Amino acid sequence: MKRTLKLAAALAFCLQLPAAHAHNFWLLPSSTVLSKASYITVDAAVANDIFHFNHVPLRVDNLVVSAPDGSTVPTENLQQGKLRTVFDLNLTQTGTYRLAVVNDGVMAMWKEGDQPKRFRGNAEGFAKEVPANATELRVTESVSRLETFVTVGKPTAIQPTGKGLELVPVTHPNDLFAGESATFRFQVDGKPAAGIEVVLVRGGSRYRNQLEEIKLTTDAEGKFSVKWPQAGMYWLDADVTDDKTTVKQAKERRLSYVATFEVLPE
Amino acid sequence: MRRTLLLATGLLAAAPALAANIDLEVEIPRLSVAEYHRPYVAAWIERPDNSVAANLAVWYDGKMRNNEGTKWLKDLRQWWRRAGRELEVPIDGVTSATRAPGKHSLSFAEGSAPLGKLPAGEYRLIVEAAREVGGRELLTVPFQWPPQKAEQLKAQGQHELGAITVQLKP
Repeated sequence: MKRTLKLAAALAFCLQLPAAHAHNFWLLPSSTVLSKASYITVDAAVANDIFHFNHVPLRVDNLVVSAPDGSTVPTENLQQGKLRTVFDLNLTQTGTYRLAVVNDGVMAMWKEGDQPKRFRGNAEGFAKEVPANATELRVTESVSRLETFVTVGKPTAIQPTGKGLELVPVTHPNDLFAGESATFRFQVDGKPAAGIEVVLVRGGSRYRNQLEEIKLTTDAEGKFSVKWPQAGMYWLDADVTDDKTTVKQAKERRLSYVATFEVLPE
Repeated sequence: MRRTLLLATGLLAAAPALAANIDLEVEIPRLSVAEYHRPYVAAWIERPDNSVAANLAVWYDGKMRNNEGTKWLKDLRQWWRRAGRELEVPIDGVTSATRAPGKHSLSFAEGSAPLGKLPAGEYRLIVEAAREVGGRELLTVPFQWPPQKAEQLKAQGQHELGAITVQLKP
């Protein structure tokens, strides 16, 4: 069962589609707070154990690294290994960089006679490849955002995109300290996402017996606060479904948000 | 109380010769380690809301090629978030080279840079040290300003800092 899920996750990600129950993928930057313009290196992988490379590399075809001035930073030395993807970034400007992998797509299952058929791709592909009169057609749309933030010098504001499920910082994500509280707001298509469950897991789970997940729920304004119990790299995951589909045959839209935050000791 | 403080401030303003003073002594411990680098050290004054009232001193390696020494300023984590990331180093009268183990005395006069004028109230003097291939330590000395009488306040470091002595003189 577990294996099936993992496989599904891997497959889904390779096809640029998030699966419903396996969002254990992440970006892991070598630094998140810098006092001098410099290179960082970033690992990207899919595995059930947070920040441990033990499954498959993450495809980063849809990675966009935005500099503080809004320009795009190219990846350097991008390599896909057996267990992880690695790339370098030359951060030359002062301010906050956003590293985001945004995947959206359509997944369809139907029958042609007795034959089960499947489709994964984008809305255009769906229109072309899935017959309009397909029987037992089940269509799901998905939008996933995977991101992390890195700041050189003084942090700058992070602008929401207004698309899909996303985290809007109230506390800057590169200003997180153990023992302090941080507040973030979730929104879906630019509107507050109330009542969403947010899960936080600190890295290094291999060296403890319990996962020590922190589970929180967003309030009416889509906000939640977390008091960081200790320093470390944290993985954040939130998922929600709604019916705001763009493909009319799709009944459900799955939205997911995953991010990595570094919490420093006081 | 408040009135007294206001009065005191008024008097000080009227008589700059009587400006209050902060003498700070920072001890950098001698460590027996295979690879020793002098620590980066920052000393500053914070208000109760953590905002910075004055940057007193920052010791870092400003002599490296391409400003390479600024790479580790972020390791003075609290100073970096409270003040450092908003500033351009070097800062005249604040930044200087790293210092050897031993006791280092600094004196700050009210009305002169870098202490400047502190409105009457509660403050914290903070000393933070971070050492390459070593650890980090932060010490806090709370105090009231202006001092009513000569006062000596102390904090004792365990790792990267030794004794911190703050002498307040009205």
